[in-house]
Amino acid sequence: MSNPISKEVTETKSESLLREIMSGTPLRIALSAVLAFMVGAIFMAAFNQDVVDSYATFGSDPMYTLQTAWDTIVNGYTSLITGSIFNPNGGDAVSMFRPITETLRLGAPLILAGLGISLGFRVGLFNVGGTGQILMSLLGVTWVSTRLSMPFGIHLIVALLVGVALAAAWGGLVGLLKARTGAHEVIVTIMLNYVALYLYTWFLRQPNLLLEHGGGGTPKSDPPAVTAQLPGILGPSFNLHIGILIAFAAVVVYWWLMERSTIGFRFKMVGSNFHAAKAAGINIERTYIWALAVSAAFVGLAGVNQGLGQSGGLTASINGNIGFDAITVALLGGSRARGVLIAGLLFGAFKAGGPSMQLVGVSPEILGVVQALLVLFVAAPPLVRAIFRLPKKEVK
Amino acid sequence: MAKIVVTPGMFSGVEAKVNWKTPIVTGAFSLLIIFAFGLFGKSGDVTFQISRTKDAWFVPNVIVSSAGFSLTLGLLMLAISGVSVWLTFKNSKTPVWLVLIYGLLGAVALLAWLAAGGVVPTAFILGQAIALAVPIILGALGGVMSERVGVVNIAIEGQLLTGAFMASVVGSLTHNLWIGLLVAMLTAALLSMALASLAVKYLVDQIIIGVLINALVIGITNFLYSEWLAGSGDTANFPGTFPIVKIPFLSEIPVIGPALFETRATVYLTFVLVPMVWFLLFRTKLGLRARSVGEHPMAADTVGINVARTRFWWVTSGGAIAGLGGAALTIGNVGAFGREMSGGLGFIALAVVILGRWQPFYVAASALLFGFAIILRIWANQVSPGIPTDFITMIPYLVTLVAVAGFAGKVRAPAASGQPYIKG
Repeated sequence: MSNPISKEVTETKSESLLREIMSGTPLRIALSAVLAFMVGAIFMAAFNQDVVDSYATFGSDPMYTLQTAWDTIVNGYTSLITGSIFNPNGGDAVSMFRPITETLRLGAPLILAGLGISLGFRVGLFNVGGTGQILMSLLGVTWVSTRLSMPFGIHLIVALLVGVALAAAWGGLVGLLKARTGAHEVIVTIMLNYVALYLYTWFLRQPNLLLEHGGGGTPKSDPPAVTAQLPGILGPSFNLHIGILIAFAAVVVYWWLMERSTIGFRFKMVGSNFHAAKAAGINIERTYIWALAVSAAFVGLAGVNQGLGQSGGLTASINGNIGFDAITVALLGGSRARGVLIAGLLFGAFKAGGPSMQLVGVSPEILGVVQALLVLFVAAPPLVRAIFRLPKKEVK
Repeated sequence: MAKIVVTPGMFSGVEAKVNWKTPIVTGAFSLLIIFAFGLFGKSGDVTFQISRTKDAWFVPNVIVSSAGFSLTLGLLMLAISGVSVWLTFKNSKTPVWLVLIYGLLGAVALLAWLAAGGVVPTAFILGQAIALAVPIILGALGGVMSERVGVVNIAIEGQLLTGAFMASVVGSLTHNLWIGLLVAMLTAALLSMALASLAVKYLVDQIIIGVLINALVIGITNFLYSEWLAGSGDTANFPGTFPIVKIPFLSEIPVIGPALFETRATVYLTFVLVPMVWFLLFRTKLGLRARSVGEHPMAADTVGINVARTRFWWVTSGGAIAGLGGAALTIGNVGAFGREMSGGLGFIALAVVILGRWQPFYVAASALLFGFAIILRIWANQVSPGIPTDFITMIPYLVTLVAVAGFAGKVRAPAASGQPYIKG
């Protein structure tokens, strides 16, 4: 490693200004986004059927191939925007504004679970157990919403509380194992994901537990009772429900918890300096258990959103891989309340825009590549610096 | 000069006191089997098929009473936990091979209980368990190689998927499965190289990089599958499989013959690779250096071992082996590539690395446990519907949990696993 002092001496003023700008987070994120979308564009163009067909005439008419490739990219990304934000060709107001409501609807669970994973990161814990915690939440939600009958409002609240409580217990168990036996939370959470999956599936198979009435071999429950479903907020022509309001509220709660509350201070202290926290008399074991329980509680809210934000029967696949997507949300959002909100909405937009990309003949799976690359570049600052030959951050 | 008494744990800093988890857990399971499968088990006989009718050495089928046989096995298992109690009193650990025998007895008891009144196709189940375990074994071997030098490899899932994809596509396009296999290994090794350089050179958090590499590979293969393979499956995704090679004489041995010596190239390669990696790690200078890098990078650095380079190449070659595991999924088993076909096997491999204590032979045995659980789930649905197969499938994950939480003494990872090394 080069000597930082000698570097400082030789550095001119303009270089240090450049470094100031280049090592800043907003620019890095912007460059990461450009890079990720560019790689996505290359994939899109290279494997599009029309472009592949034009390879045959590439020798005689190379401009045609390039034109087709360019059109594919433009069509793909344009339809992503019209599918997720605003559709000017919708005709009526409902069709024009539906895309943005879909982004909000699909972003809500990502925000909720992203907050949970973020909380873990702030305490220095890597909660990979989002899937399991969502499934446990769904277990509670399914039981309350399909097997109990209660008045409107109360039913929803009870289902929500039971789901969150089960998820929190599942997360707290991880904390307990880590605190008591030193087991690494990554392995424990991955194992518990599978245990939760098979447990939920088993419950769904039992006619006297969760299996739908008159159901057969497929593990599926009845649809949640109408009294328990998350009510819509923009009328019947939109799918948007109060899940997004829960998500907004959760962002505020997360912000208050991590930036203003005593328990949040304790969490962050353990996360930033384990030894100092211990020396200051913080009970590390108890902090681990609480941190993972609270983290899982946020993730559990995403499970509630998944289960009650729709009106079909529930299966294990309804968790929709949100547990893992939430990790990318948390990483992109830098584990801060505002960052998670923005990242969750961005990936929600990816999900909302997928179907309209499909319509113009571009596989929306490409967004998975863009999403992974974007977060990879953001989470690995040295990588982006190496690609753009940006100056290195000051070595402390 | 005073005589130095060597006590267990004296050099390792691990608690010298052996804990009581092994005898308690094994004892509890023995009692469960004695009561649930034995005393209150199912009535009826169970037939263990030993030889196939065409085999040269014909051994007649073994017919036993389901409950009685399970009871006997349960008592044997109780005896093993008795030995474990005795060993713990003497303050020494229960050896792993004893725990493995214990597990085997439990598995046979489970078979006897499941198939009461029916037939257990012993060779078929063993063969399928091995075939299903091969990708897990190879993925976990890659994990062992990387964790032994101190790099946590969460990206096994991505490496398996890459290997599966490349093997199928390149195998189809070139009409040569061996080229497909080679390219699969190379691509997965490249992916591992990315992990290694980000983790070793750029010091990015290893777990985060692993998770993101998985997400990236899932994204790319999903995209290519729906945009390309789904449309031209007959040209780009129709590789065929390695032929089943029968080793003369050996394949005639009852039970293990058909399971071990009448199978595909990928499985034979696994049989070779497991002892090879073990030998490399524990019997060569190269392996000693690698392990020292994983245990104490600064000490290794001090004696002149290049920590960064060692980590880089071990992680990369581990990736190649995981890529082979991926190829075993496609051209070593079903042929064509399917969306997200690794389906979590990479995460199972991660568990297997720990369950097998970072030791290739134990890793292979642990992977077999998972393979056995998967095939049992499929088979149990056929022989006795209504069995809660979800719980059978859950067993290996629970066993891993118990292992991570301190079953059979303290499971200890390479000391520097997951920690970047910054040369001072």
